[in-house]
Amino acid sequence: MIKTTLGRAGPLLGLVLLFLAGSLLSPTFLSSENLLNVLTRSAVIGIIAIGATFVITGKGLDLSVGAMAALVAGLSVLAMNAMLPTLGPFLSLVAGLLLALLFGGAAGFVNGGLVVWGKIDAFIVTLGTMGIMRSLITWMSDGGSISLDFALRDVGRPLYYGTVLGVPVPVLIFAVLAIGGEIVMTRLRFGRHVTAIGSNAQVARHSAIRVDRVRLATYVLQGLCVGLATLIYIPRLGAVTPSTGLLWELEAIAAVIIGGTALSGGYGRVWGTVVGVLILGLVANILNLTSLVSPHLNGAFQGVIIVIAVLLQRRRSID
Amino acid sequence: MKLSRRNLLATGAAGLALPAAAVLPAAAQEKTARIGVAIPAATHGWTGGLNFHTERTIQSMQAAFPQLEFILTTSGDVQGQVNNVEDLVAQQIDALIILPMESDPLTEPVKAAKDRGIFITAVDRGLAQEGIEDLYVGGNNPQYGVVAGEYFRSKLPNGGKIVVMRGIPTAIDNIRIEAFQKVLDGSGVEILDMQYANWNPDKAFEVMQDYLTRFPQIDGVWAGDDDAALGARAAIEQAERQEGMVLLGGSGMNRVIKMIMDGDTLIDADIFYPPTLIQPAIEVTAMRYATQSPIRGRYVLDSPLIKKENAAEFYFPDSPY
Repeated sequence: MIKTTLGRAGPLLGLVLLFLAGSLLSPTFLSSENLLNVLTRSAVIGIIAIGATFVITGKGLDLSVGAMAALVAGLSVLAMNAMLPTLGPFLSLVAGLLLALLFGGAAGFVNGGLVVWGKIDAFIVTLGTMGIMRSLITWMSDGGSISLDFALRDVGRPLYYGTVLGVPVPVLIFAVLAIGGEIVMTRLRFGRHVTAIGSNAQVARHSAIRVDRVRLATYVLQGLCVGLATLIYIPRLGAVTPSTGLLWELEAIAAVIIGGTALSGGYGRVWGTVVGVLILGLVANILNLTSLVSPHLNGAFQGVIIVIAVLLQRRRSID
Repeated sequence: MKLSRRNLLATGAAGLALPAAAVLPAAAQEKTARIGVAIPAATHGWTGGLNFHTERTIQSMQAAFPQLEFILTTSGDVQGQVNNVEDLVAQQIDALIILPMESDPLTEPVKAAKDRGIFITAVDRGLAQEGIEDLYVGGNNPQYGVVAGEYFRSKLPNGGKIVVMRGIPTAIDNIRIEAFQKVLDGSGVEILDMQYANWNPDKAFEVMQDYLTRFPQIDGVWAGDDDAALGARAAIEQAERQEGMVLLGGSGMNRVIKMIMDGDTLIDADIFYPPTLIQPAIEVTAMRYATQSPIRGRYVLDSPLIKKENAAEFYFPDSPY
């Protein structure tokens, strides 16, 4: 019983240990400025990872999220720049934001549709769409960058840099989505259906769950999350490049697994994903704040932390 | 006509096409020479500019000398480039212009091409063995670091504390950083820390945020590259630490050069390390067949400091980089 509790709290324990390590190693680690920086920049991956939690819990996988984020961001920036002369900066921004959600949702629908109706393995579908979308953004930008018009930058800036009652806007969006996601996963029918499909699709089908529809919905949800994440990403630097979102899919999947969601599906928890995202963000932050290891070894250090974080919660499945 | 985003938008046509290795159409008339070009694909800013200037130069060369045929291949990774070289050799090229993604793994395939009598032009990065290339056109990487170092010496004559962002871990990055450190020796300019930012704006933003948290006093930042400099700039602005801060990137991105021309408060200089270095490589190689000019040897292009006064010379508004 105690062991089970410890296993469930595994990622949280990892987070606490990281906080201790960070505060011992760097005097500025615990400053509110630093912690807000880490939280704010983690929001982009975090929002994507919340979508990924649902996809993975339903025994799916989406490798295309990084490329999707780049393509959605690129298309939205082009659309906003094109609308600017007729609509003015504010309306263009609003329209661009809605378009980002639409593009993301549409891309997710394509992924989900191919998995559900095309009966192709999710790994292959999203590997394919990842390549397609990454090529498209490289082609659209000619390998350079797609820049947001300066008039739009001033209007869009608060989306990343703004605060409400001292809390940065991206953190607020991330928090609301995380709380909403946790409720959907644990309290609502949709979450239970996703879990049921992930643990056994046959049984779920016999229990009158519309498996295809629920599965498709997880991919659309993932696409919408990517769209939402780009809304925060675009105003940060005001430019999209072919290297935007590179390897975000692995970061998102890593965060989900560190958080205790089963990669084989059937068990998911959104709060765990939030902890996973914070662990990844804090490790990178601590490495930058200290000269603890040679920068050549940063990747090794991150790898060790990920493995330990997952080891801590492996006890759960052994019990 | 090859389908690119530019002419697609210009003609208003609709449709999708992948920018795969493009083969330029063979004209009807007699060809006297076939020149293969193997360069990295446009995966980040600098290579995007490289592709732009390569296509531009090939077009102008082909217009001037219709008897020349060019075959352009691009690849995103080393193994793909090896395959491209082998495919070009199989197409009976007379000359090969190559910008190797990595020197070591490409040395053997290029040497095999050389053994079949193909004229070799190496660009930017040399090959791991001497005497393979007939013509070499490169940038001056030690000078790149030296110019950056001298810039900080002149900006901080009484010394100061700077942070450095390295690029992607490669030989080029090592050469630049070594030269940079040597110039700063004994100048009173102290390097607080160096981290890899991979010449990437997002990574540079995060590294810079953490540097600003970690060090209460930073007088200067060398971001190593203009993409990274723009990321660092956003972090500096967010923290409102522009006052007395010196920021330098490098390699001559058009957006940054425009900022210098317009008198930006934070970035007032750049180091030229141009993707245009492919131009002389293609032109000199083409001349060999077009006008029979037997040129061999090494061209090393300078990496001068770009200031407001000379910025216009280095400004390509149409280039993606």
